[in-house]
Amino acid sequence: MIRDITIGQYYPAKSILHRLDPRVKLVSTLLYLISLFLFRSISGYIVATLFLAGIIRASKVPFRHIVKGLKPIIMLLMITVFFNLFLTRDGEVLFHKWIFTITEGGLRTAVYMAIRLIYLIIGSSLMTFTTTPNELTDGIEKLLYPLNRIHVPVHEVAMMMSIALRFIPILLEETDKIMKAQIARGADLESGNMVQRVKSMIPILVPLFVSAFRRANDLAMAMEARCYRGGEGRTKMKPLCYRTRDRIAYMVVIVYVIGVFLIGKYVPLRVWIF
Amino acid sequence: MSIRLEHLNYIYSSGTSYEKHALKDINLTILHGEFVGIIGHTGSGKSTLIQHLNGLIRAGSGKLYYNDKNIYEDGYNMKELRNQVGLVFQYPEHQLFEVDVITDVCFGPKNQGLSPEECRERALEALKLVGLKEKYYEVSPFELSGGQKRRAAIAGVLAMRPKVLVLDEPTAGLDPKGRDDILEQIAYLHKQTDMTVILVSHSMEDIARFADRIIVMNHGEVMYNDEPKKVFAHYRELEKVGLAAPQVTYMMHDLRERGFAVDTEATTVEEAADEIMRVLETKR
Repeated sequence: MIRDITIGQYYPAKSILHRLDPRVKLVSTLLYLISLFLFRSISGYIVATLFLAGIIRASKVPFRHIVKGLKPIIMLLMITVFFNLFLTRDGEVLFHKWIFTITEGGLRTAVYMAIRLIYLIIGSSLMTFTTTPNELTDGIEKLLYPLNRIHVPVHEVAMMMSIALRFIPILLEETDKIMKAQIARGADLESGNMVQRVKSMIPILVPLFVSAFRRANDLAMAMEARCYRGGEGRTKMKPLCYRTRDRIAYMVVIVYVIGVFLIGKYVPLRVWIF
Repeated sequence: MSIRLEHLNYIYSSGTSYEKHALKDINLTILHGEFVGIIGHTGSGKSTLIQHLNGLIRAGSGKLYYNDKNIYEDGYNMKELRNQVGLVFQYPEHQLFEVDVITDVCFGPKNQGLSPEECRERALEALKLVGLKEKYYEVSPFELSGGQKRRAAIAGVLAMRPKVLVLDEPTAGLDPKGRDDILEQIAYLHKQTDMTVILVSHSMEDIARFADRIIVMNHGEVMYNDEPKKVFAHYRELEKVGLAAPQVTYMMHDLRERGFAVDTEATTVEEAADEIMRVLETKR
């Protein structure tokens, strides 16, 4: 029941995107997110859509799976669209009733904002779909390594991140198990008012906390037993190194960012108010 | 009073690349008062199967009848079903949460809507059944040892007085003594009351000792469903799917192969000893 959350989870498949160096994916995702805010015209959106579609194709993650991951942000999306739609006063009035007014500018901003948000989420979830948590933290560690000079504990932060990420599925599974066990003992998790519902979470939260601490303790013990003592002098089993495909990927992304910026700016394409 | 499964199918993460057909066309009947053992290697669908029995998992397709009523019908009272079919999960001690043992055991009866006095009465009865010493009743469950925690957790289900008791590997991770104690208490309970017991286990020895019938699961399918003697006769096939017959079975077959006219059907050490004695005496 609780395992259906797909956003931010790795999706195993064999694709070029899965094989790329995590650093490439991190940097590219960042560039892609920035690029979404570099244009304000329909031609820019067309290029961005084509690019995203190409990436989705290349990732071999089924489109349905990606859309399923969008579910949790629908609420946020609706709120954004709602405020942009009714609170922006710009240009001709398209619709007016009681306190609700929609203007040209409002509609435009709302639609653009919605598309941007969706592309933002899809773009960044594609990164997590195609990168295992371990690769991701490896990538972050290597990218942020220069910060070590100014005494930022990069390795420790990366290690904490990878442990945290690693524990998400474990704790989800644990929650599922405990919930089932308590339901089997007649626990009622769904009905009742707010206070009752919060109270009914106690039989789940207490065992969950206990198990989280137990697991943390076990992990610390296991790490110590293998002589873990921080990042200093520690080598990697699979050290990251750039290959030809990674350089090509960087190039593709840079060409895209420049392209989308130039096309968005200089190719005039107007459909109605957009 | 029976549980009947008809063409039950269950698929995990249907429609994704994680898809796993955990149960394939399961047909089973479990009668009132039976002691049934379910056995299978890791990932064979045992745990998935038993979670269907009290409606925690809803089958993808197929029907499940409890007392001749289809539990997937609209308006079926799942809560009542869960009162009747008690399920003890693997490592049940991980579900303990209350400040002391007795309050934790009272959780089930309290959810059944019983008065505090009744809850306490049932909790005391259940704790006695699992053989937990009285001095531990007011102690925090987190201060108990592993075996004691396990007993307290099993008591938590027993206190609901289920008609059917399902146990998912109740002896995993216990020492031999703790294992024997718990299994014997379950067998005792089965004899004393008319409770149906379904025991999931890895250990053929454990199951052979207590079960009237064994269900062998393999890759989501029922491989054998018969009394222990007949199932263990297939010991070579069992080995192929990563299981084994009790050691006694091997010994009896070995003896027979070496020209010792024993009946190979013995499944427990006691039976085997009797059988060997019998043969020795006739020889003399």
